[in-house]
Amino acid sequence: MAIREEELYRKNKFPIGWDGKTLKQMRMEIDEISRATGHYAGLKELPFKEAEPIRYEKIFSKLRGGVVHARETAKKVAASPIVEQEGELCFTLYTPEGDSIVTSTGIIIHVGTMGAAIKYMIKNDYEDNPGIEDGDIFCNNDCQIGNVHPCDVHTIVPIFYDGELIGWVGGVTHVIDVGATAPGSMTVGPVTRYDDGYQVACRKIGANDTLFKDWLIESQRSVRTTKYWLLDERTRLAGCHMIRDLVLDIVNEEGIEAYKQFIREVIEDGRRGFINQVKTLLIPGRYRQVSFVDVPYKNLDVPPYAKVDTIMHAPTEVIVHKDGKFEIDFEGVNRWGWHSYNATPVSITSGIWVMMSQTLIPNDRVNDGAYYASQFDLPYGSWLNPDDIRTAHSYAWHFLVSAWSPLWRALSRNYFARGYLEEVNAGNANTSNWLQGGGYNQFNENHAVNSFESAAEGVGASAVRDGISHAAAIWNPEGDMGDMEIWELAEPLIYLGRSIKPNTGGYGKYRGGSGYETLRLVYGAKDWTMFFMGNGYISSDCGLMGGYPAASGYRFEAHGTDIKERIEKRLPIPTGGDPDPDNPQYETVMNAKEVVRDKQSITTETIFENYDLYLNYLRGGPGFGDPLERKPHMIEADLNEGHLLPRFAESVYGAVVYQDETGTYKVDVEKTAQRRQEKRRERLKRGVPVKEWMKQEREKIINKEASVQVQHMYASSFGLSEKFFNEFKSFWSLPADWVLKEEELDMPTFGVKIKRN
Amino acid sequence: MSDLTVYDRKTIEELIDGTIEFYKLKEMLSNFKDRDRFDKYISILQERVPWDDPILLPAGLHLYIVQKPDGQRIVKCDCGHEFCDYRDNWKLHALIHVRDTEEKMAELYPKLLAPDPQWQVIREYYCPNCATQLEVEAVTPWYPVIKDFEPDIDTFYTEWLQKPLPGSKG
Repeated sequence: MAIREEELYRKNKFPIGWDGKTLKQMRMEIDEISRATGHYAGLKELPFKEAEPIRYEKIFSKLRGGVVHARETAKKVAASPIVEQEGELCFTLYTPEGDSIVTSTGIIIHVGTMGAAIKYMIKNDYEDNPGIEDGDIFCNNDCQIGNVHPCDVHTIVPIFYDGELIGWVGGVTHVIDVGATAPGSMTVGPVTRYDDGYQVACRKIGANDTLFKDWLIESQRSVRTTKYWLLDERTRLAGCHMIRDLVLDIVNEEGIEAYKQFIREVIEDGRRGFINQVKTLLIPGRYRQVSFVDVPYKNLDVPPYAKVDTIMHAPTEVIVHKDGKFEIDFEGVNRWGWHSYNATPVSITSGIWVMMSQTLIPNDRVNDGAYYASQFDLPYGSWLNPDDIRTAHSYAWHFLVSAWSPLWRALSRNYFARGYLEEVNAGNANTSNWLQGGGYNQFNENHAVNSFESAAEGVGASAVRDGISHAAAIWNPEGDMGDMEIWELAEPLIYLGRSIKPNTGGYGKYRGGSGYETLRLVYGAKDWTMFFMGNGYISSDCGLMGGYPAASGYRFEAHGTDIKERIEKRLPIPTGGDPDPDNPQYETVMNAKEVVRDKQSITTETIFENYDLYLNYLRGGPGFGDPLERKPHMIEADLNEGHLLPRFAESVYGAVVYQDETGTYKVDVEKTAQRRQEKRRERLKRGVPVKEWMKQEREKIINKEASVQVQHMYASSFGLSEKFFNEFKSFWSLPADWVLKEEELDMPTFGVKIKRN
Repeated sequence: MSDLTVYDRKTIEELIDGTIEFYKLKEMLSNFKDRDRFDKYISILQERVPWDDPILLPAGLHLYIVQKPDGQRIVKCDCGHEFCDYRDNWKLHALIHVRDTEEKMAELYPKLLAPDPQWQVIREYYCPNCATQLEVEAVTPWYPVIKDFEPDIDTFYTEWLQKPLPGSKG
């Protein structure tokens, strides 16, 4: 009986794609013809654009203006400061097959992630079950289907015209909590998918433009911050419906055939535009670079198999092909791990465009055309393409932003060689620290926090000027530190200081932008925990062309302080920054049962009582050029504005400095020139010919003299890539029988699956 | 790219010298790129170096790939030091100083802001003649010396710029 009913149901259903096709058929056709012709949808010509360029541009402008407008309007529906203050949302319009046509401003990494979710629904026959109808609402935040990390929640709505699916619109917001093992949107602590929180796998959550009651109940019972969750969802839905209305208006005005032709041509146009940009700004060739992130988990409160000190390894080779095709090869990248920083292929391929839209394609034509003009090589089994569904992703950005940073160096070598010096950027800061945690807040509500102060790190230096200080973050083109007053409303954490962090921007002829730090006092909280999320033992980038990397990290926290008593007695308390952590000052104006100052900059939940302190240090950007070429007046400004501790003026810049009668720092230009000559002589004296140094280093490798975390990084890269292993051995002229395997190291090896024979 | 965007030689010189006025720089970032930038840029650089080998491509701050009279293409520092064939890695012919102890790191950063040498070292590459610091790598111990840049100069000139290579007879 049940089978008959199903057959009847199928017979009465018509495919919702164009010309009586199913969505699956449409997807396959687009893939095949694009692959066969090298042009999106087989469009060797752009007849609409060529015949009616003004009409074509008018449609584009209406759509682009509409999606940006929808974002700006929807933003005001949100309550979460992450969305409302930092603009952590984005809307994108898609073809029926899930290819992006046009996107709003904002966190445009989701151009690809929502597209991946739509493609997943198509692949899994959602057209048949649960059905795709006008007025339906879908939700996804599952990383392995199409997401960066679970806190980026998608709302996806189909657009129908005359019974036919003509596209989709997706909206995404970064929500404050998804019910993971610890509070906060990007929790540190999950080491498997099952710790990552509430995961919604492309689920139909509404029909007839109305959210299902069971969805509303379940979703709000699954997260800590129910009000924010609800308002964020309304934000996404409002924006999606605005864009759906806009598309239908355009179809009514221009005709459905014109719209269908337009959405094909605009993607092919995007592909051509990207190649044109490549040929305008780059140089054919190969560019190599690398970055690292420390994963100090040995002593962390995580399951025993995750107690491993290791290092993320992200080597990249950018290949600019003769025909303008752009390729990024991650060969040599190491294995995924039991931590929260694994990434998915779509987060890499799509996330790159967040960066590119700030440099190579700085315009509004970001759509899947650029994707069709590019190639990504993402080794299976690595941290950016895990071969195991168990992986955790809650803080995927930790690795992602660090892996992208060296790509700036690749692009910048191109820009520098072509004379486009204004585009040169030495890299981006490691985006941290993220202050996160939760408990009961000052309003006695179950709450979670994720301070997006981290959207304002130091920018990398350019070839023309210093990087901008405390200004931006690579993943958010609208980076902003947010108003302190808003964060104090959102978090039971009072500001005792917000200031520039000296010596954090990488030194150079032009230095990286400095980071900054904020000192927070816990106040009005109950059952409150927080954790630290940043790099500590490693700086996750090099400098460029003689510039130094940005400083690495550390953490400061104080528990059981006497600050309450000191306030009552009107005694001094810690305020301002921690400018020289080697000479701590906070401790001179407080007593505490426990003060932590160390390089362990990733932690899991720690209990914080009221009047405890937390230092939120946001990192600087890398530098450009030899520091001995820095102009004296720039060093004076660094000293007087707090970007540089005086004792480093000489050791880094070779500057001879003094203070005048007002206490202002001055650089003695003549003595500095002499001192710099001496420093050059010192370099020649201490410098070793590279080939001689290589002999010493080779001996260390043969004898396996390196810390276990360094060896583990290499072993896990060797395990995935024979090519990387052979190149390594060849470079160091290692004996043929030299091997290094994870199993020989004194640490748990859960998850080692892919092995070279 | 637009044919309409053109900057005078002085502007490009200001860009190279880092003296360009902020709003001019901002406009340059926002505007379409100028088609003749490469020619102007190379001619200014060529005028400034104390040697006559034609510059094919800048390979970094102070570094150039130049055309030698015998047809070789080599990497050359603006001080005149010649490193190697452009297909080789110039860093292998440089001087190196590795900061692999806390003491060496402490010359650069406060201790708590420095990378930990058990995790990462800093390698400084100097020109053996003028001692300019030409590149810095922050890598794990054992890391192979990175070959940063391998340009396809012929395709760039003949197909992308559609012009003969400097110093060639074509």
